[in-house]
This record gives sequence, C-alpha cells and structure tokens, in this order.
Amino acid sequence: MRKYRVFDVGQNSDYFNDNSGTSLDNKAIIEKVAHKCYLPANAVLLQNIKNHPDFKASFSISGVALEQFEKFAPEVINSFKALVETGNVELLSETYHHSLASIYSPEEFKNQIKLHRKKIRDLFGVTPSIFRNTELIYSNEIAKMAEEMGYKAILAEGADHVLDWRSPAFIYKPLGSENIKLLLKHYRLSDDIAFRFSQQSWEGWPLTAPKFTEWVASHNGNGETINLFMDYETFGEHQWEDTGIFEFLRHLPRAILERGDIDFVTPSEAIEKYEVRGELDVPFYVSWADTERDLSAWMSNDLQKEALKTLYSLGEEIIYVDDPELIEDWRRLQTSDHFYYMCTKWWNDGDVHKYFSPYESPYEAFIAYMNVLQDIRLRLEAAKKKQEYQIALNKVRPLRFSEI
Amino acid sequence: MFGWEFPPFNSGGLGVACEGLSKALVSSGVDLTFVLPVKLPISIPWCKFVFANESDIDEEQIKDLFSGYQSHSRNTEIDQYGLPKSISGSLMQRVKAYASRVPIIARKNKHSVIHAHDWLTYPAGIAAHEASGKPLVVHVHATQFDQCAGDNINKEVYNVELEGYRKADAIVTVSNRVKNTVINKYGIPSEKIKVVHNGVEFQKSDADVPEFIKKIKDNGGKIVLFAGRITVQKGPDYFVKMAEKVLQHEPNTYFIVSGSGDMEGQMIRMIAERGLSSKFIFCGFLRGKELATIYRDSDIYVMPSVSEPFGLLPLETMVSGTPALISKESGVSEITSNILKSHFWDVDDMSDKVISVLRHDKLCNYLSENGNKEVKNIHWKKAAESLISVYNSLDDAFSMFLLPSPPAFESAKVPSF
Repeated sequence: MRKYRVFDVGQNSDYFNDNSGTSLDNKAIIEKVAHKCYLPANAVLLQNIKNHPDFKASFSISGVALEQFEKFAPEVINSFKALVETGNVELLSETYHHSLASIYSPEEFKNQIKLHRKKIRDLFGVTPSIFRNTELIYSNEIAKMAEEMGYKAILAEGADHVLDWRSPAFIYKPLGSENIKLLLKHYRLSDDIAFRFSQQSWEGWPLTAPKFTEWVASHNGNGETINLFMDYETFGEHQWEDTGIFEFLRHLPRAILERGDIDFVTPSEAIEKYEVRGELDVPFYVSWADTERDLSAWMSNDLQKEALKTLYSLGEEIIYVDDPELIEDWRRLQTSDHFYYMCTKWWNDGDVHKYFSPYESPYEAFIAYMNVLQDIRLRLEAAKKKQEYQIALNKVRPLRFSEI
Repeated sequence: MFGWEFPPFNSGGLGVACEGLSKALVSSGVDLTFVLPVKLPISIPWCKFVFANESDIDEEQIKDLFSGYQSHSRNTEIDQYGLPKSISGSLMQRVKAYASRVPIIARKNKHSVIHAHDWLTYPAGIAAHEASGKPLVVHVHATQFDQCAGDNINKEVYNVELEGYRKADAIVTVSNRVKNTVINKYGIPSEKIKVVHNGVEFQKSDADVPEFIKKIKDNGGKIVLFAGRITVQKGPDYFVKMAEKVLQHEPNTYFIVSGSGDMEGQMIRMIAERGLSSKFIFCGFLRGKELATIYRDSDIYVMPSVSEPFGLLPLETMVSGTPALISKESGVSEITSNILKSHFWDVDDMSDKVISVLRHDKLCNYLSENGNKEVKNIHWKKAAESLISVYNSLDDAFSMFLLPSPPAFESAKVPSF
C-alpha cells in the first residue's frame, strides 16, 4: 500500500499502486524477488524432479501473490505451471488475500478460501484438498472450519507449547474434528534451513545436504513424516544465492533418496500413507511467527487492534453493497502484512533492524492505513446512497401510458 | 569546564545542557569547576563556580548579557546599558575579554582536562589549554551552519570555531548530524570527533489546566504547539503553512506559539495574510512550570526545524506525555523512535501526521505512552559516562574513573518473515 495521505481521501481511491521504485512499489518488489528467488528456485526444483522422479514438493501461494505475478512477472506463473504439470508438486488452499479472516469473520474466511480455490483451478487446473492458513495460524476452531469446507488435512506449527512431549513427526487429529488430519511443522529442521542456514555462529554451519540428511535420518524408527514448511523466499531472498542455498536445494534430493529408507511425499500422500497417531487439543491460536509463535506480530498493540476493528466493522456493511470494486479493495486491506508493519514489538527495543517494513515506522504504516479506511468509509456511504436511490427510483417509477 | 550561560540565566539549550551535564558528571565522581564569563547569582550545590569577571552587575544587565544568540538584536546596544567597561562591547569583544581572563583562573584552579562549550567559550578553552598544557575538549552544541540555517555564515565566528576544533585534543558533538557538519564544512578528521547525545531532565507539570485551554477543550478543540525561538532555524514559516492545511481538515484546531525571536513579526504577518489569526495563540517566551503546563495540555508538539543540532524540546514534551512531530533535520531524531518524523519542507507529510494524531486517539495515546517510556532512557548520566571515557582517553588522571560498561547488545534473535 502506498503512502496514502489525508489529502488523498475522497480524491482518489488508488491505494495499492506506487511507482516510486522504493520498497512500497509492488512492481519493483515482484521483479526483484522473481529474479532472486522464484525463478531460480523453481528452475532448481524442476531439474530436481527431472533427475529424481521421486522428489516431491508442495506450495501454498496466496491469490494476491498470484495476481501480482500475473501482472508483473508472468514467467513466474509459467514456471509454477511447469512444476504442477510434473505431477510431483501439490498446491494447497489458503485465503485469497492472505488475511486474518479466520480470526475475525468465519463467513469472510470461507469466501476467501473459495475465491482462492477458484483462482488455483483457473490457473493450474487443480483443486487443492489440503488447507494451510495465513502464517500457519491454527486452532481447534480453524481446523473445524477447514473440515466443514471439505479439506482432508490442515497444516500447523509444531510449537513446543502445543506438542509438549509429543513429536511433530506423526500425523494427528484436531480435537473436535472427525474428518480432517493435522500435519505439524518440524520447526527445528525447517528453521535450520530457513533461518540458520547462513549463520556462521551456528554450530551446524555450514549446512550441507549430507549433514541435513543425517539429521532427518536420526528420526528413523521414531517418526513417520518430517514436515519441512518454510517461506519460499528462504531460497535466494532471505538466504542469498552466495550462501549456497540453491546448491543445498539441488543436492538434497539425491542425498535423501540414495539412502533408500527415506522418501519424499506431498501432504496428500502423507495422510494416505500414515495413520493418525493421536489427538491434539489447541484451544488457542498458534502461528509460525517469531519466538512467541502466537498472533502478537499482527494484533498485539492498540494501533493494530484499532485498525483491525475498524476494518472488519466496515465489512459488515460492505459485503451487502453492490460494489465489487469496493469489496475487492476492502479484502486487499485484510492482508496480514498491513498489520505486521504496525507492529511495535521490535520498534520499542530501539532495534530498528528487526523491523521489516517498507514504512519508516509503525506509525507511518498506521497513518496511511487509517487514511485509506477513511476513504473506504466515504465510498461505502456513497454506494449505500446510490443503492437506496435506485430502490427508491423503482418504487416511485411513474406508470407509462402504454402500460395502462 | 567553560560555559557561557547557566540556568536560570540562559536563552536556550546551551545553558540547559551545561546544567544537565555538570550535574551528571559530578554525580559520576568528577571534580568539576565551572567557569562563566560574568558574575551571576547562581546557587548550584553540586559544583564550584568561578567567574571570569567578578564585578557585580544587576539583573537587568544580566538579562541582556547572557545570550550568545544572534537573534537578540540588543547585543549591539549593550554599550548603552552602562555595564562595567570590561564586559561591554560587541559579542566578539566579550568572547575575547572572557578568554583574556582565563590564564589566571587556569593557574589558580587545579585541573586535568579542559572542557569548553560552543564557540563563545573556545577562545577561553584555548587560553586555558595554553596556560596549563592540559588536554582540551571542545563540545559542539551547534555550528554557524546550524544557527544561520544555510551557508550565509559569519566568517569571524567560523574562524573561532575552526581554531577551536583544530586546537582541541578531542571534539564532542551532540549528534551525528553536527559531527558531519564539522567534518564536511570544517575539514576535521572524523577520528577526532565523538558523538555524545544530550539527555533530558524535566518535570511533568502538575498545575491546573489554564482557563483558555480549558475553553478550547470543552468545545472539543485540539491544540498543536510550536515552542522555541522564532527564528529561521526553527522553521516557523513551515509551521504556519502546515497549520493552514490542518485547518482545512480539522477546523476545530488551535495553534499555540510559545517563544520569541526575530521572525515573530513575519510569522504573525503570514498568519494574518492567510486569515488564520483567530486560530493562533501567542503566549510569549515561557519557562518553568508555565511551559511544562503548555507541553502537557497540547495534543501534539511540532518542531519543523530547518536545522537542529540536537533539539531538547521534543524530549521535554515526551516527558510531559505529549506526542511530538520532529523534522528529520534534527539531532534528536537520531535517538528517538516513538515519535513522528518528517522533512521540514514536506508540509503535506507534516499535516497528514498532525491530522492523524488529532483524529485517532489510539495513535495519540500510543505515542504518548511509548514516548514517555522511551524518554526515560535518555538521561544525562549516559552522556556523562561517554564524556568520562573521552576524558580517560586523554588523561591518565581520569583512569581512576571506571569505564562505563558497554551496553549489552541483545544477541540477534531469529527474525520472522
């Protein structure tokens, strides 16, 4: 979202286009990450599948990300299509707008999943049967909703405070659901790649494919599935090419497969192959964010709460107004990143380096966001008036002579 | 330590900084003698005061004397006030007269390091340095380039500053911003300069809300504050332009201006031309409790300074629990995060931020609470510790003071994406 000022309110409703070339410019960002991450990483995976027909992977890509690739880097869409066509790559469902609707509005949540399902079908010709929520946000409640929508499994963070003594290397069943299975992220092994790969102070550094294979193999006999879930931008964006991350990705399939006792599976295959080993009760929200693994990155301070409250209270009326553009803009404002940028968890420590944001401060993010909501409010009022007017028009329509 | 002014006989931040620093240095164990150019009725318990000129002068005269700022046009008229001959004359003459009396003081008072604040005292510092041979630290609170807000500087003053920087054994600046000026405009090597940010010691007002403010608030009005000298350096013209924009969106807003200066007339004319006179309240130069009360009762303080070497006032408003919007062209922006920042020339951005604070109570409260928390860690003790480590590096006698332990950096946590 661009730096939308109070003077823009009521003047223009173009919130998302910024041509500044800065970190607020979506086109510039997409082009950058396409070349640093998506294109080279997809090329490595495609080659891996060609070299090793037993190599598998799966993706959860939000609708807003897909849209931006279509617009600014269509070659990325093509490279994903090529991967899906191999049959070795599974696509998962999520909310179209990468939103927090699972927490605020069950109805909106389901609508966004349907929108995403349609998008995946249109682009890739497949219909996902596994669900993963924004930022791996999960609870019994969310599992229940995914079950109602017909999903066979849902992904979640294998956080210590959820698992306690249990291992993430088995398939579970959410408490309160019957027909949905739970796949938990093996956060230690996942984060070894996602966060620690290039950390020279880490005892595991440098991480090689054989070394990682050893760590995976050490679960043999007391685990059935190791779920490695990570941000795809790990490859080339968070861990730059010069760290050797692409080499690691290239060598991993052979190192794993030549052992003969470990194989790759997609989430759908995993739940077919293995039995449910236990029931897991998660009455509160967990996510994969930060050390806290909770929702505090998006909704811990008063600014975030105010923004979310205002957004979803506007929604109560917006969805009943016949204005598709207004509804779409309102949905785009639900993307969790908007609230992440308002987070002051790191800001207050004065450690600005931990504040990943295109805005100069959480305050700037809040100000621009609330200005946009003010404009949305004006549009809603106008749309309501128009609708009322049309209804009124119909009511008092004078009888024409010919109708008598 | 050589100073020029000292509260309550001060015209700006220099005196406040000298007070805060001297107090913190003494409480950290430094044996401090503070030298001032003229005899002032100061009763400060924490250190010994020496006056270069012991002749008595009355309060009226003091009032006209203490200022070193060019904005006080009275300086040129000082001859007419019948001051003792030795301390009358132009500012430059007084600066030189101050220096001429220093060698005696330097010989009489035992010391291991000499510390001089701003150009007004550099000649005095140099004189002491030459008399005793002890290392000289010059403390840069501002340069000519800050005070003239541009390159149109006073050459004579520039030369005094340059000599001070060259002859000093170490230079302390109040911000990175000033450090860069000293490097770029005076050609001083960066290794010689250490940045020591100022601290703040301020009391939130506990006075009743003044009647005129009560009236505004009872009608649902909001208050935006400008405080400080009304000079080109402080950007009062940008404040007026911002006010005009804010009023277009939030008409029930009032702008309080506290302070005086040579641009006051121009500012008032600008306001009148725009038809905003009924929205501005000028309350003159305030200090102490009155100022603190205005700080506390404003909804936001704006400091649109064109150039601000440090800028103490936003820290004082943060203590008072009032959010601040400061220009990025200020030293204080280097050490504050729970504050709003704009470029002084970006009137749209400033207006946007002010309107947002006035509209969203949550934002206002959040800035107020977190700014207040943050400012608790910006204190003079920290500045004093940095200064002691500068002294240490210059003189063995100071090694008796333990070096402050380095701040414990939190080891990098796993970031989330």
